[in-house]
Amino acid sequence: MKLVDHFQYGLNSPICLTWELTYACNLACVHCLSSSGRRDPNELSTAEAKAVIDELQRMQVFYINIGGGEPTVRPDFWELLDYSIDHNVGVKFSTNGIKLDKKRSAQLARTDYVDVQISLDGATAAVNDHVRGPGSYDTAIRALENLAEAGFGQPKISVVMTRQNVDQLDEFKSIADKYNAQLRITRLRPSGRGADVWDELHPLPSQQKQMYDWLVARGDQVLTGDSFFHLSAFGEALPGLNLCGAGRVVCLIDPVGDVYACPFAIHENFLAGNLRSPGGFKEIWEHSELFTELRQPQTGGACASCMHYDSCQGGCMAAKFFTGLPLDGPDPECVRGFGEQALAARDADLTVPKSDVNHSRSAPRNSRTPKAPVMLQLTTRPDKACETSPLVAAEADTRLSPAAARA
Amino acid sequence: MADAGAGSADSAGPAFDPGLPYRCSPSVALRPEPFGALVYHFGTRKLSFLKTPELVAVVSGLENHPDVHAAIEAAGVEEAQRPAYLKALAGLAANGTILARETQ
Repeated sequence: MKLVDHFQYGLNSPICLTWELTYACNLACVHCLSSSGRRDPNELSTAEAKAVIDELQRMQVFYINIGGGEPTVRPDFWELLDYSIDHNVGVKFSTNGIKLDKKRSAQLARTDYVDVQISLDGATAAVNDHVRGPGSYDTAIRALENLAEAGFGQPKISVVMTRQNVDQLDEFKSIADKYNAQLRITRLRPSGRGADVWDELHPLPSQQKQMYDWLVARGDQVLTGDSFFHLSAFGEALPGLNLCGAGRVVCLIDPVGDVYACPFAIHENFLAGNLRSPGGFKEIWEHSELFTELRQPQTGGACASCMHYDSCQGGCMAAKFFTGLPLDGPDPECVRGFGEQALAARDADLTVPKSDVNHSRSAPRNSRTPKAPVMLQLTTRPDKACETSPLVAAEADTRLSPAAARA
Repeated sequence: MADAGAGSADSAGPAFDPGLPYRCSPSVALRPEPFGALVYHFGTRKLSFLKTPELVAVVSGLENHPDVHAAIEAAGVEEAQRPAYLKALAGLAANGTILARETQ
């Protein structure tokens, strides 16, 4: 059996675990996949977070992807970072750079097993700030300058690909090279606030091909979190895991301890449990009804007869769900156009599922909070996903994560 | 823990010689999985996968045997499979998962 076949039945522990430490964020990116903004009063305490780290260490989860919200605005962020590293759970954290001043950058440069990922969604301030809010480009660049000056290994620049920035791929690569960073590009998902802007921002079909060609030419220098496997149907498979890892090798822990199948699926349908319940995270990973179900062989449904099914596997579960498409049908961005057909064929009275978890500052907190307009000025919420290319056998290495030189 | 194993991972270290004694790098942890084991190298931060339980047994047993061949035999690997195992082990040596060990 190939390794990927084993992966679909699930692993003993996740290899790509994302942990959103807080829903609080100084930014308000229009496409925030966790609809972050305000801190949730019920978020895990420092002691609870440390207990989670202890459990991850026991489960031999060797590194985690920390995000938010903006994780560094948690007052205990640096304490938890050190605690995790001291317990052999390496950390890659995603940030908009707000707290990465010279002092913190120097501290990070002295720390082993930490990897930093700066979110940047435009190679120019105009394109970036349109999505991430005024000033966010300068904040990100300043953080990259500080990290470079401090001699920090190799940070990552993480870009969510949109209709506006596909043409900037070479410029992103230049920025990465300038700051001795590694470029990572990922797919825009219609998750969280991303659902509100997906129609406007998701790359056009011609741009999908443009991204694919660019990745084929430079795939070895660029990380993708394996998020473009739906593009593999264009031709040769892209490097990495061409399989939805949700609940199998991937999961998300949210700020209040809810465990979801993947970072892009914050919705009750993909909620496996809460780690404050008896048995904690381990019980959920090993025995939750949802994860057990996700580890059953998938049939392919409407895609089963497609000659490209083996390479794209029907695409992204979250992208289908949050556009109102059936989970066993084509991805909305199916490169053969079946997704567009399916979108066009949706019932006029179909209610597209929407997450009931929303910490946007623009959302009403209570009846007395007026609803604010959607423009934002801040945010983050770095996208995430895993960076795995775990296909090979013994000699295989993956890009899973924090790596001085890769990941 | 970011020791020498890390540094040698991508460079041309000494050639793999199955006639010599080896051991798992102290920077490496093995996590049992249904297919075999997941290997994590804390120095290079790379993941590898040992795709069969027998390969896990070979890698774990290296330090108890005078050479790699003995570890392969002790793990019950079929003779016909030996070349494939040697190739996999050479890869693990190249990426720093296993290291030649000093003989006493």
